[in-house]
Amino acid sequence: MIGLEHYLTVAAVLFVIGIFGIFLNRKNVIILLMSLELILLSVNINMVAFSSYLGDLAGQVFTLFILTVAAAEAAIGLAILVCFFRNRGSIAVEDVNVMKG
Amino acid sequence: MISADLNIILPEILLAVIAMLALVGAVYTGKDKAAPLLVWGASGLMLLMAIWVGTTGGPEPRIAFHGMFVDDAFSRFAKVAILLSAAAVLLMSEGYMKRHNILRFEYPVLVLLGVVGMMVMVSAGDLITLYMGLELQSLALYVVAALRRDSEKSTEAGLKYFVLGALSSGLLLYGASLVYGYSGTTLFSGIIAAATEDRLSVGLLIGLVLMMSGLAFKVSAVPFHMWTPDVYEGSPTPVTAFFATAPKVAAMGLFARLLFDAFGGAIADWSQVVAVLSLLSMFLGSIAAIGQKDIKRLMAYSSITHMGYALMGLAAGTEFGVQAMLVYMAIYVTMNVGTFAFILSMTRDGQPVSDIDSLGLYAKKEPTRALAMLVLLFSLAGVPPLVGFFGKLYVLQAAYGGGLVWLAVAGVIASVISAYYYLRIVYFMYFGEDRTDKLDAGGSPVLWGFLVASAAIMVVGVVNLFGVEGAAASAAATLVN
Repeated sequence: MIGLEHYLTVAAVLFVIGIFGIFLNRKNVIILLMSLELILLSVNINMVAFSSYLGDLAGQVFTLFILTVAAAEAAIGLAILVCFFRNRGSIAVEDVNVMKG
Repeated sequence: MISADLNIILPEILLAVIAMLALVGAVYTGKDKAAPLLVWGASGLMLLMAIWVGTTGGPEPRIAFHGMFVDDAFSRFAKVAILLSAAAVLLMSEGYMKRHNILRFEYPVLVLLGVVGMMVMVSAGDLITLYMGLELQSLALYVVAALRRDSEKSTEAGLKYFVLGALSSGLLLYGASLVYGYSGTTLFSGIIAAATEDRLSVGLLIGLVLMMSGLAFKVSAVPFHMWTPDVYEGSPTPVTAFFATAPKVAAMGLFARLLFDAFGGAIADWSQVVAVLSLLSMFLGSIAAIGQKDIKRLMAYSSITHMGYALMGLAAGTEFGVQAMLVYMAIYVTMNVGTFAFILSMTRDGQPVSDIDSLGLYAKKEPTRALAMLVLLFSLAGVPPLVGFFGKLYVLQAAYGGGLVWLAVAGVIASVISAYYYLRIVYFMYFGEDRTDKLDAGGSPVLWGFLVASAAIMVVGVVNLFGVEGAAASAAATLVN
């Protein structure tokens, strides 16, 4: 029987993979964007699992909002990335270094 | 019923609708030619909204949509501060952006939408409202950071801000999902019933800590501050001025809202965390700023330090602490508007300059501006008897009253360290090397007005802080009860 804890475990694993994807990735900004999506989707799994477990719809409504905002966020991220690529000619993470920090 | 709810969020709806109409209108008419008109219109509108929001509503909190949106004295205080500072920054940016050819019509529209997001944030009574407000604000800010599309620095700032900001939203959301799961509701009024001191479950605690890290990111508290210096340096200066004012008030308001409205029953659980954030921010901000050569980067570290002081008020966990935080934020915003009016007027042969060295003997050429900047810097450093000193005094008192004596002592030490780098700028202006490539004299009268007005407030405000204390006290009373 698959219960709440299984869903929570999957979500937690995805979340951690997403976080590591952002901090360990040294190659490509696109991979950063994918990791961000992964984090948001892990939250969605959490929300839906809790929602169904609690018998409360608010979690699923929240999920719809998160999905919509994630789409807008991806659009803005890619737009900024395109601008960056035009100026810099590269999307490697190592090249995001005009300012030290 | 629904009309009563809509009536409560009317200011937000009006601002959002007008911003979208302005966007469509500008696209179909003059495009960037309409930009100056939009900037003036937007700041006038925000000024009117500030008056409207500030004067309506009684002492009783008004609740809309079953508690998802709260309009009380606290949210009104924060909204007035947000609207006024955003209006001031928009007015300051018009001349600068026109001179450097980056005045696009999207800028005022994005600022308006960001302000709507900030107003929703400080009124949030539910995790969904919190998230929607936060994202509306963040998405608008990511875009304005990359406003100068042809500049490597500006797009890099936008990219960094986007990646780290989205990460922080992810952390906050994961925390929100845990809080929802373990309390069974997304309403703050329901969470506070589930999260009491004696039975705060592990899930709620982890959720709370994750949400706090997400918010610490937005207020740029150490250890979540890495984005701040780069974004401040890379963004166009008017955008930096905007980042340093309104969003900070909104994020701080949201922080207080979440901690007291949703987790007010478990103060002992979060107060230590906030105290550590505050301590680290104060020290890292003041020590790292010492070596900076770029004044925008220096202001980034300065804002980290100031957020540390504001968090000190929150860490106290008392009503007086919230009042101190609100007073501190109001003073901080006023000082920053003036300081950025000065930074915006730093040009050489028409090009913007931001090295601190370039201020060498600036006082000889521009005595009034230099004097106003001196007053502001002293106030930022917290030198008595200027208003900035009273802001610091307030939060130190709050920390002392809340039993955090060690934090108050650390605050005094950090303030002494931070005085060094503020005074260094004063040193350059009055005793620095005489340079052959001096900064341009003169400049826009609007910037001069904001600089001198802000400095005058720092001196005259000593009398009664213009009644901000009273408003902040009633705001704090509605939040903490």
